[in-house]
Amino acid sequence: MSFLIDSSIMITSQILFFGFGWLFFMRQLFKDYEIRQYVVQVIFSVTFAFSCTMFELIIFEILGVLNSSSRYFHWKMNLCVILLILVFMVPFYIGYFIVSNIRLLHKQRLLFSCLLWLTFMYFFWKLGDPFPILSPKHEQLISRVGVIGVTLMALLSGFGAVNCPYTYMSYFLRNVTDTDILALERRLLQTMDMIISKKKRMAMARRTMFQKGEVHNKPSGFWGMIKSVTTSASGSENLTLIQQEVDALEELSRQLFLETADLYATKERIEYSKTFKGKYFNFLGYFFSIYCVWKIFMATINIVFDRVGKTDPVTRGIEITVNYLGIQFDVKFWSQHISFILVGIIIVTSIRGLLITLTKFFYAISSSKSSNVIVLLLAQIMGMYFVSSVLLIRMSMPLEYRTIITEVLGELQFNFYHRWFDVIFLVSALSSILFLYLAHKQAPEKQMAP
Amino acid sequence: MASLDRVKVLVLGDSGVGKSSLVHLLCQNQVLGNPSWTVGCSVDVRVHDYKEGTPEEKTYYIELWDVGGSVGSASSVKSTRAVFYNSVNGIIFVHDLTNKKSSQNLRRWSLEALNRDLVPTGVLVTNGDYDQEQFADNQIPLLVIGTKLDQIHETKRHEVLTRTAFLAEDFNPEEINLDCTNPRYLAAGSSNAVKLSRFFDKVIEKRYFLREGNQMTLSPICWEMFSIWIPGFPDRKRFGAGTLKSLHYD
Repeated sequence: MSFLIDSSIMITSQILFFGFGWLFFMRQLFKDYEIRQYVVQVIFSVTFAFSCTMFELIIFEILGVLNSSSRYFHWKMNLCVILLILVFMVPFYIGYFIVSNIRLLHKQRLLFSCLLWLTFMYFFWKLGDPFPILSPKHEQLISRVGVIGVTLMALLSGFGAVNCPYTYMSYFLRNVTDTDILALERRLLQTMDMIISKKKRMAMARRTMFQKGEVHNKPSGFWGMIKSVTTSASGSENLTLIQQEVDALEELSRQLFLETADLYATKERIEYSKTFKGKYFNFLGYFFSIYCVWKIFMATINIVFDRVGKTDPVTRGIEITVNYLGIQFDVKFWSQHISFILVGIIIVTSIRGLLITLTKFFYAISSSKSSNVIVLLLAQIMGMYFVSSVLLIRMSMPLEYRTIITEVLGELQFNFYHRWFDVIFLVSALSSILFLYLAHKQAPEKQMAP
Repeated sequence: MASLDRVKVLVLGDSGVGKSSLVHLLCQNQVLGNPSWTVGCSVDVRVHDYKEGTPEEKTYYIELWDVGGSVGSASSVKSTRAVFYNSVNGIIFVHDLTNKKSSQNLRRWSLEALNRDLVPTGVLVTNGDYDQEQFADNQIPLLVIGTKLDQIHETKRHEVLTRTAFLAEDFNPEEINLDCTNPRYLAAGSSNAVKLSRFFDKVIEKRYFLREGNQMTLSPICWEMFSIWIPGFPDRKRFGAGTLKSLHYD
């Protein structure tokens, strides 16, 4: 009986998550495109729903809601479904939509998408070889998904940890004045004028050639070559010369446009930093930069000294308060609530952060042809990200709540994942620092050029 | 100065609707083989015979400024784009018939191009020929072109054509069917070509001959719109002139 009630609660919450994913897809991701393939939207929402259900189950674990056996059952079921989606459905549909875009293979779409899927499975399997993974079948899939997801998480965290203070702090803002922008705009318009005058010449030359009945294109064939030796093909030669100049000018105009957009963006950021909100974020930026440095330091220490934290922050915090500060309180009660709040915050911020990043990424690279494929790729990334967050979140929970994850996921080498996270985080953070440094250096030099 | 002689027509629309292909077709009578994303603005020049066939025939260069990007771009990109909207003599709005959103976004495009108040930063680029009056009474001729008609199945065509009727609320469009991949649709004598050259004639008229006259008349909704449908790439089917449908709203 209680099992039925529990299941109905779970299913209701899953439907809610599905609806949220559907709305997000419609309102945010696809707001500039027309949705023609509803399959994509369904897959995205389903992936989102099942990923969120996993987090929900963790929360229920901490709070002790629902029957323990039904929780276990739902964990297992959820995990199976998610793995099914991430390993079978989404890659297959990605292959299918890629093949649909290629005109030649239109007839044998299914065949080629199956082929693509098999290739994906091959590489997916090969991925697991260099990593320590145990033998039982079930863990093969989870461990591989976990590896990919943890790598993604670490890359994003590393870059985010460095980028966040860089964008928040106004220390790094270059000084941009209105005259700079005006000068660039004037150059841009002058370049456009030059392009226009050259194109006018080309258009007029083409017109006179057409009226005289000359051949436009390059003469081809044997007789064409002979003919071109005798007749003056100066018209078309001129055209190619001018066309080359026009190409160079157009490239220049694109560069100028991008630089101007960059200057406008910097100017807006400068104005924003003078507002109250801007100052607040500036202060946060200093805070985050210290946090970022600390994290890099800790990651290095973990790798060098080969240690993995055994206790979670909640228990350690409680230990410190009880032992060093001498404050006595009901440990069990508070540990439950504090870990609930902490885990909840981690979950919410990671979901929100991921969705925002995905949206930005999607706007930047998608076009009307590739939008379906990109959304499915994002759904795949999202699913893997959430699965590996479950793996890693285990470390933030007190021992008594970890058991369920350990039970469900089986004998995974959790320590390995934390080590791997630290390594990739370090690599990503350091390379982001290098990258941002180079980009920052290069920009003011561009403005110096006359 | 050369800038006084220019006739400038903007080509606006969402990214991926086919503006670059359209401009290439209009200016060089050739199909664009490898379309790629337009960064910033690309310009092309069309040689146009004003009042062709009459004794007053004169040749003008019409500049088609194909501005890339989407309506939802960052405000820094919008501010940069705004530099192209100065002293415009005509606007061509392009939308994709297979994509509803691109038609809905046309309204936002028109606001962005015609309403300079939306420029977020205070920087105003002043050229010598920037004319505020031109925007105040909206006497700029507008044209609406729908692309990729051949990608819409025959049965759905009527529904799609009537869908853009919302654009007819404020103005009276005429609609034409063209094929982007087949230059014969713009061949001299076809009704598409006639409507297109009527639009360009109107642009030139307003630019040169009515300049001294009606500048101060404030008739807010005085837009004339011609609509040209342009089917897109894939099928090289040719449509006979018999399938042309013109929806007149009077």
